[in-house]
Amino acid sequence: MKIPVLRNILSANDAIARRNRERLEEHGILAINIMSSPGAGKTSLILQTINHFKSKARVAVIEGDVASQIDADKVSQQGAPVVQINTDGGCHLEANMTASALDNLPLEQMDLLLIENVGNLICPAGFALGEDKKVTLLSTPEGDDKPYKYPTIFVESDVVLVNKIDLLPYLDFNLEAFKKAVTGLNDKVKILQVSCKTGEGLEAWFSWVEREIGKKKKRHR
Amino acid sequence: MHELSITQSIMSIALEQASAAKANRITKINVTIGELTGIVDECVQFYFDELSKGTLAAEAKLTFDRPPTRLQCRNCSRIFSPNDLCWTCPDCQSQKVEIISGRECYVSSIEVD
Repeated sequence: MKIPVLRNILSANDAIARRNRERLEEHGILAINIMSSPGAGKTSLILQTINHFKSKARVAVIEGDVASQIDADKVSQQGAPVVQINTDGGCHLEANMTASALDNLPLEQMDLLLIENVGNLICPAGFALGEDKKVTLLSTPEGDDKPYKYPTIFVESDVVLVNKIDLLPYLDFNLEAFKKAVTGLNDKVKILQVSCKTGEGLEAWFSWVEREIGKKKKRHR
Repeated sequence: MHELSITQSIMSIALEQASAAKANRITKINVTIGELTGIVDECVQFYFDELSKGTLAAEAKLTFDRPPTRLQCRNCSRIFSPNDLCWTCPDCQSQKVEIISGRECYVSSIEVD
């Protein structure tokens, strides 16, 4: 006997992600899922963001890594509450991991939750965590052809940050070609050029985050 | 590694449907996984062989339908298949495209006794 099913394979993950979102919504917390390849600058962006918002907003972090505590220790030194998730070989975060991390964060004392996904341009894009916004970092040494090789992550992103722009003079990265490819796939995306090392361009990122925190608070009231 | 969680989800969907139908065993699980998902059939099969042991799905055959990537030009509406590194519309050369196929990821049906 044949039974038609037509059920999304990720529906169980999506259901937990919805619950996470409701939980964050109750507290008016803006959650941002930060994705990129390993070494593109996710942790540096998070450290810069914590530092900037120190006196403006209460920031907490979920650190996703295959192994180690290194990133969580760096975040902790900045004074932000942090939960490290080790996926033990898993290549992305899933909604259930995020749910247990939320159990260990002071939700009533948070305005912004930054979720650092496992370094990978493929599967993080397919697994919702309960975030409000998805942000992808692409660093200039990785090359401008990445939107064609990993289209899904660029289709899913609300913001794409081109990081390490201080290296542009030394590389063949074609910024215009990259932007054209990304906006071709996703006409609503915001593309910002930054250097988390020199701080160049980060003001635009901070303003975007600040506006989004404001919108979230407004909806919450 | 994401094939492990994908396979666990396929298994739980299939087992849930089979027990709802009061089936004795699952003979076939048909899944549709688009080319752009990056999911590898052989990996899913590998995990499935392990995870299905001792369940209603132990002898089930997994079949994969793999829809290829199809794009629609947002400028002239032409539907086309992209080349590896060229996502440009062959008619009007626009790079503004919509992915209309290739991201599917669902269990389409199961067959049971």
